[in-house]
Amino acid sequence: MAMAAEAKFHVLAVDDTLIDRKLIEKLLKTSSYQVTAVDSGTKALEFLGLNNKERNSKADASVDVEVNMIITDYCMPGMTGYDLLREIKGCSSLKDIPVVIMSSDNIPSRINRCLEDGAEEFFLKPVQLSDVNKLRPHLMRSRSKPNINKRKAAEEIVSPDRTRTRFNQAEERSSSPN
Amino acid sequence: MEVGQMQRRLVDYTKTLFMEGFLDAQFLQLQQLQDESNPDFVVEVVSLFFDDSEKLLNDLSMALDQPNVDFKKVDAHVHQLKGSSSSIGAQRVKNACIAFRNFCEEQNIDATLRCLQQVKHEYYLVKNKLETLLRLEQQIVAAGGSIPTIEMGF
Repeated sequence: MAMAAEAKFHVLAVDDTLIDRKLIEKLLKTSSYQVTAVDSGTKALEFLGLNNKERNSKADASVDVEVNMIITDYCMPGMTGYDLLREIKGCSSLKDIPVVIMSSDNIPSRINRCLEDGAEEFFLKPVQLSDVNKLRPHLMRSRSKPNINKRKAAEEIVSPDRTRTRFNQAEERSSSPN
Repeated sequence: MEVGQMQRRLVDYTKTLFMEGFLDAQFLQLQQLQDESNPDFVVEVVSLFFDDSEKLLNDLSMALDQPNVDFKKVDAHVHQLKGSSSSIGAQRVKNACIAFRNFCEEQNIDATLRCLQQVKHEYYLVKNKLETLLRLEQQIVAAGGSIPTIEMGF
């Protein structure tokens, strides 16, 4: 059974706090995403690793457990959101999945480091519906260009916004509004 | 009391909570997220906040009661409480937590004990207000009415 062209994007949400997990799940579902929520970086990697095996084995084509985006809290015990980002970007089969980081602390050096190391966006908590709306372009882009894996050094645009986005060089993508 | 009256009472009550700073726009966001597919969303999130907070306040009391206070641990608990209060829009609790964290950094035992009292005070106040608000909503729904949307013009 072929994957429907209109299949919902599947977002993996990672947050150790139950309230925030519930919130992000609701925000994502309200925006018509399919959501899997886990409470740690380790569980996230397990989920992704499991995904990977199933995808590679091409066992059952009707089972679609593809993850289109990962949104993770920064402050988590054990593996932080940043550690998780590094793991994902360091893994050949996972590095093209866009990663978004959330944090309740507005620390510019933290934000810069995450963006420079490959995070697509950095959201300040509490995350709003308007923040979640910013995810769609990243998802559309990653779906249409699955092989983008070269990211130029990110130049961060400082904006008065509550979110930070990496600014990619113009030649790397077709004209897309940002 | 008929439904219209109940709805007006709820709107007025909610508006006072905003004006007095107990709740901020994040609470409105929660209400906006509630829909037919999840009609108890706000109640569920608020309940989680109550459970979480009470546990954290207990942990804080214990941590500050130690002969050698571990301020890192205290800070971690306050950070969590700040996060959850921020997530539901409990503004005064959140602000009390911000002040608390500053004193944790200074490792000031007297000030942090005072902060704990302040956070507890704010928590119990907002808990009371939220319970009243949710009860009013429940009454409206039970009487067959719908929960009015609050336009706050933020």
